[in-house]
Amino acid sequence: MSKSTIHSSKATTTCYHCGEACQDEILHFDQKDFCCTGCKLVYEVLNENDLCTYYDIADQPGLTQKASSRKENRFDYLDDQDVIKKLVDFQNEEESHITFTIPLIHCASCIWLLENLHKLNSGIISGRVDFIKKKVQVKFQQSQISLKEVVLLLSKIGYEPTINLADVEKKKVNVTDKKLIIKLAVAGFCFGNMMLFSLPEYFAEAELLGNGFKKTFNYLNVLLALPIFFYAATDYYRSAWLSVKNKAVNMDVPIAIGIVTLFFYSLYDIFFLLNEGYMDTLGGLLFFLLIGKYYQQKTYDTLSFDRDYRSYFPVAVTKLVKEEEEVIPLIKLNVGDIIKVRNEELIPADSILLEGNAYIDYSFVTGEEIPVVKKKGELIYAGGRQKGKALTLTVQKSPSQGYLTDLWNSDSFEKERTHSLESLATRISGKFTFTVIFIAMVAFIFWAYQGQLSLAVLSFTSVLIITCPCALAMSTPFTLGNTLRVFGQGKFYLKNAHVIEKMAQVDTVIFDKTGTLTAPAQAKVTYSGEDLSPESKSIIKALVNQSTHALSNRINAWLDGVKTVVIDEVKEFSGQGLLGTYKNQEVRLGSADFVNSQVLVEREGGNVVFFSVEGVVIGHFFIQSGLRKDIDRVVAEIKMGMDVHFLSGDQDHERANLKRIFGNDVLMNFNQSPSDKLAYIEKLNRRGLNTLMVGDGLNDAGALRASQVGVAITDKITNFSPASDAIMDAEVMPKLPSFLQFAKTSRKIIKASFGLSFTYNTVGVFFAVQGLVSPVFCAILMPISSISVVIFTTLATNYLAYKRGLKSKIW
Amino acid sequence: MEVIFVLIAISLILAGSFLFLFFRAMKGGQFEDSHTPAIRILFENKKLTKDKKVPSTKTK
Repeated sequence: MSKSTIHSSKATTTCYHCGEACQDEILHFDQKDFCCTGCKLVYEVLNENDLCTYYDIADQPGLTQKASSRKENRFDYLDDQDVIKKLVDFQNEEESHITFTIPLIHCASCIWLLENLHKLNSGIISGRVDFIKKKVQVKFQQSQISLKEVVLLLSKIGYEPTINLADVEKKKVNVTDKKLIIKLAVAGFCFGNMMLFSLPEYFAEAELLGNGFKKTFNYLNVLLALPIFFYAATDYYRSAWLSVKNKAVNMDVPIAIGIVTLFFYSLYDIFFLLNEGYMDTLGGLLFFLLIGKYYQQKTYDTLSFDRDYRSYFPVAVTKLVKEEEEVIPLIKLNVGDIIKVRNEELIPADSILLEGNAYIDYSFVTGEEIPVVKKKGELIYAGGRQKGKALTLTVQKSPSQGYLTDLWNSDSFEKERTHSLESLATRISGKFTFTVIFIAMVAFIFWAYQGQLSLAVLSFTSVLIITCPCALAMSTPFTLGNTLRVFGQGKFYLKNAHVIEKMAQVDTVIFDKTGTLTAPAQAKVTYSGEDLSPESKSIIKALVNQSTHALSNRINAWLDGVKTVVIDEVKEFSGQGLLGTYKNQEVRLGSADFVNSQVLVEREGGNVVFFSVEGVVIGHFFIQSGLRKDIDRVVAEIKMGMDVHFLSGDQDHERANLKRIFGNDVLMNFNQSPSDKLAYIEKLNRRGLNTLMVGDGLNDAGALRASQVGVAITDKITNFSPASDAIMDAEVMPKLPSFLQFAKTSRKIIKASFGLSFTYNTVGVFFAVQGLVSPVFCAILMPISSISVVIFTTLATNYLAYKRGLKSKIW
Repeated sequence: MEVIFVLIAISLILAGSFLFLFFRAMKGGQFEDSHTPAIRILFENKKLTKDKKVPSTKTK
C-alpha cells in the first residue's frame, strides 16, 4: 500500500500478536487488540485450532503481518511438478519431506507452533525446527495437502518460507564434516585401547605379565591398527597421492610416508622379530592429526559464504498474457515477456518500464539504501526492489544475462579458485621430505657399508618414523584454527582457515565506496532556506517519525532531541514524500515535484528533500551519505604498509572530498560497473599483487570473488551478503588493520612452532641414525612434541590476540 | 591370570558397542542441532479435555 492513514494519537496499545504499537488502526477481537488484519487472522487461525499456547510460551511472539502480501496466486508456481521435484528432500507415493528456510523463526513459540502444524491440518505429518539454521522440515501426505497449500498455511500463520532461485537451481549437498568426526572416533577408540595394551611394554623390565600376554597384546594392537591404517588415515593417502601426481610435495606426503613406514615396519617387527612394534605410536599420530584437522574446521552455521544472486532472486514471476496474470517459474521467463512486479518485489531481469511509477531500492546491489525514481521507457536493471505500486515491465534480457547477473558468467566463477598462494606448510614440507629421505638413505648406506644390514634397515625406518612431521603438521591447524576463533569472537568470520594465510600476504587493499566506506547511519544532513523555528522542527520531526523511509530516518536523526507535535493525519506517498495537516495547514516534505517547488535545486551526490507549508517552500535538506566512523584512520593505517584503491559505481563528484580525507596516494576509480570492478581486480592480480577487496553489495560480488581475499561488510550479520571469503560486522571495521596484522602474526607463530618441532626432530634423528629408537622412546617423544607444539601455538595466539586488543580476555 | 583374556574381550566389546552407538547417533542426526531440543523439552503436552474438532483441510 502506498498510502496509509496514521492516527498518531492512538499509539499506546500494543498488538497481542506481534507486540508492535497499534498505529494505523486497532482491531478488537476476543478482548484482544491487534494492529492489523494480518495479525488478527493469525490469531483467529490459532484460536480455532486450540493452539493459543503459542501466546503463553513467549510474550507477543508473532511478527507484524502488515507488510505481508495477501495475493493468493503468488505461490501458483508451486503446482509445477518440476519445481516441486527440485524443492522436496524426499518423495514417495504417500508422503513428501521438504525443508523450508523461515527467517522469521526467532523464539520458543515459533518452534512450538511450527512443530504443531499437524494440529492445523491433518495432511501434515510433522514439522521439525532447527532453530539455529532457521529451518523447518515438514513431512506431509501429498494426497491430502499439496505443497502449495502447505506454503499457504505457513504464510497464513505468519511464517512465510523464503523460497529462492538457489533452492530450485541446485540442491544443496550437505557436505558436513561427519566423515571426519567418525574417523576421529575410530582413531580415538583404537588409540585408547592400543595404549592400554602397550602399557606393559613401557615397563618391560618389570615383567608384569608372562610371555603369552605379550604376544596376545601385540596381535591385538595389530588388529586395532587395521581400522586406523585402512580407514582413519585414508584422507592423507589421497591428498599425498594427488600432490605427488601434480609433482608437488605437500604436508601430507611426509605424513603418509611416516604412516606407511610405521605400519609395515611394525608388522615386520611383530610377526618376524617378535618385538612389540610401533602400533600405539601410529594410533596416537592419527588421533592427534585428526584432532588438529577437526579443530581447523570451524564453521559458522548461520552464515553463508557462497550466496550469489540466485539466493536472492525469486523463484517465480507474474507474467501477463493477454491481460491475464500467470505465475511462472523464473527459469521459464523469456526475453520479450511482459511481467508484473508488485510492491516489495524484486525486478528479476533487466527490463524496460512500461507502466507505473518505479521507485527502485538497489540497497542490496549497491549498498545505497535510498530508492531511485525511474521513468517510463527507462531500462531497469535486475536486482532492484520496487517500493510502491505494481509495475508492468517488458523483459530485455534473460535473468542470467543481465547487467548484474552477467558477472556470474565470468571465468572467475567458472572454476573453483585454485589456491595460487601455497601455504607455509606446503613450502616447507617439500624441503623437509627430501631432507628426511636423504638422511635416512645416508644412515642406511653407512650401516650397510659397515656390514650390519639389519641395523641399516632399522636406522632407515627409524629416521622415517621419528621425523614423521607430527608436530609440524599440528602447528598449522592449531594456530589457524585458533586465529579463526579469535577473529570470530571479534565478529570477523572467515570461510576457512586457509583465508588467514592469504590475508597475511595481502599488499593491496581495495575498498568499495557506497555502503563500505560510507554508512547510512553517518549521513550528513545540511539545511538551507528560511531558518527553521523550533515549531517547524517539531512538525518535521513529527512527519518523519511516521515514516520508515531511509531519508526520513536521516532527517529524524538530524533532529535528534527535538520534541514532536501532534499532527492529525500523515500520509506517505511512496517515492514522493510525506503530507500532514498541522493547525489546519498543509505541510509537505518530499521531492521537488511533490512540494511543487519552483526553484529546482540540483545538487550532485546526495538527495534533496523540500519542506513546504501551505504550498510555500520554506527550505530544503541536502542529505549526503557520510563516511563510516573511524574510516579515515583505518585507511591511514592500512596505507602505511599497503596500497589502497577505491572503486565506486558513482560519478566522481566526490573525488576532491575523498582526496582531502584520505590523501593523494589513494587510487580512486569512479563509474565502475560490476564487471569493471571484476576486471580491475583481475588486472591487479595479473600484476602479481595480493589483493584484498572490501565490499558489501552484489555489485561487488565479482571483485570479491576475483580478489585473493574478499571481505563482505554487513550491518547485520545474518543479512544478505554476497559470496566472499570473509564476512565482517560493519561495527568492527575499525579493527580491520589489526586483523590484517594478526594474520601476519599467526604466520610468525607457525614459523616459531616449526622451529620447535625441528628441535625435536633433530634430537630424534640423532638417535634414529644410530638405530637406538625403541617403541618406548617413540611413545615418549611423539606425544611430548605434539602436545608442546599445540600448547605453544594456543598460548601464543591467545596471548598476542589479547595484547592487540582483539580479545577481551586471554581465555 | 587367564581371566585377563576374558576381561579384555569384554572391555573391547563394551568399548566397541559404545563406538557403534556413537555412529548411530551421528547418523541419526543427534549432533546436527544442539540448540532446538533444549527448548523443545520445555514444552508442555497440554491434555485436551474436550474433543477437538478435526481441523478442516481446505485452505481459503
